[in-house]
Amino acid sequence: MAEHTKSKFNPSCHQEIITMQNITFSYEQKQVITDLNFSIKERDFVGLIGSNGAGKTTLLRMIVGLLKPEHGSISLFGEPIGKFKHWERIGYVPQKNSFNPLFPVTVREVILSGLYGRSKLFSRISKADLVKAEDAMHAMQIEDLSNKRIGQLSGGQQQRVFLARALINNPALLILDEPTVGIDVETQEGFFHMIKHMHQHHNITFLMVSHDMDMVRSYLGQEPLQQNGKLKFYVKHSHELENCVENDLTHSLKGLRQSMNQRAPVVI
Amino acid sequence: MDILSTEFFQRALIGGVLIGVTAPLMGLFLVLRRLAMIGDTLAHVSIAGVALGFLIGVYPIAMGLVFALAASFAIEKLRRAYKTYAELSIAIIMSGGVALASLLFTLGKGFNVNVTSYLFGSIYTLDNTDLIVIGAVTVIVLFMVKLHFKELFLLTFDEDAAAVNGLPVRYFNIMISVLTALVISASIKIVGALLVSALLTIPAACSLIIARSFKQSIITVVVIAELAVIGGLMAAGVWNLAPGASVVLLLILILVLLLAMKRGFKI
Repeated sequence: MAEHTKSKFNPSCHQEIITMQNITFSYEQKQVITDLNFSIKERDFVGLIGSNGAGKTTLLRMIVGLLKPEHGSISLFGEPIGKFKHWERIGYVPQKNSFNPLFPVTVREVILSGLYGRSKLFSRISKADLVKAEDAMHAMQIEDLSNKRIGQLSGGQQQRVFLARALINNPALLILDEPTVGIDVETQEGFFHMIKHMHQHHNITFLMVSHDMDMVRSYLGQEPLQQNGKLKFYVKHSHELENCVENDLTHSLKGLRQSMNQRAPVVI
Repeated sequence: MDILSTEFFQRALIGGVLIGVTAPLMGLFLVLRRLAMIGDTLAHVSIAGVALGFLIGVYPIAMGLVFALAASFAIEKLRRAYKTYAELSIAIIMSGGVALASLLFTLGKGFNVNVTSYLFGSIYTLDNTDLIVIGAVTVIVLFMVKLHFKELFLLTFDEDAAAVNGLPVRYFNIMISVLTALVISASIKIVGALLVSALLTIPAACSLIIARSFKQSIITVVVIAELAVIGGLMAAGVWNLAPGASVVLLLILILVLLLAMKRGFKI
């Protein structure tokens, strides 16, 4: 299964990961997105910026199939979204406030849930799954929190847990929905450093919704590449990076922590 | 003490123990998804089904199930219509169910005695058919929850993530509705429509206090519900109390004790 999906992704860094064509969407009478054309290529880093009501979350929900565009089409990894089956290639980090802090669930249980997709519908959690969870926790430096209840953690630690959950499947595309909301500035910087590092050293394509202009601009440039209504797209293209790299689970997760530690310690 | 060895009491105990597994299990999923009131609503509506069953001479619990299912789908529809005021749909369906029930009960004046038995439960009148129904419901619920434990957890914890992972969210939502309706209509005769909600929600409330993991919370709700069911029925049998009420009050006692203990530990 894994071999099959891997072979479909060529390492030339030119595959279109997300293709949006003539997308229009409106709530009631208010048109939020009008005739949007945008594509994200392999290993691009796209920052999606906009004020409240600009349609950031709407667009994100359309890309992951939770909303249908009124007009236009969306393709994921070259396949129309209706036929797309390889959801395990997409890692998703929700907004921090999307769960109840009282929810009785441990860090390990949350991280394992990243594996619960269509292909695992009738199978049990295997030893290999548990190893993957350990690797993901190790990469995010949260292994000592594995049996803690998620609500007991700080905002920054929770964000790492959700990032670990998104990484457990070795995703080719990572979607982050305002990952730094409600986290103090120092932790935000550590988190952003980690994200940048992953982009530079691992073959992951990023789509990040953010309201934090400073951080986005410092990495993705001062001017948006494209604008649609109040939505602004800031992009760092893959060709600005050194070269294409392998997207290998064991390498990326195990190597992640090592290479991050070498560069600069991450502040939790 | 003689009552404990009678056949009707033992039937009551078997029925109670079975419902003590399934009701808190489904209740945990509902409470964690902030749908705690749904149990109450479905129970009130299924009373209307029970009334119709008596009126037209069909097995009342089966009619109750049909009504509970219809209500759970109606709630989903209304929830979508009033997205930001979802609890409104619960209030509408609940009052609609009670209104329909009282209308049907007054139509068939002859069975007034049975009304209270379904409102407050009449566990001592469980017959073999009831036990078979409760047993079948227990098997179905346990099988489905075991089969899809992972998916039900993810859906409960983070519905968006479940959808992004490619899970058929709609299918699982319908499954939870159907299983809940099954459990509620099967437990009406045991604790009564007015008290079903307690068996669904109070064990979950207890588990929020003590459980650290999702697995623990599953074990906690079942253990607490069984303590209350068995203890409550025994107490009711020995001191001649209302069985449904005894179970519910014991549940509340456990909750209060847990809350007090937690406070004690903190200070």
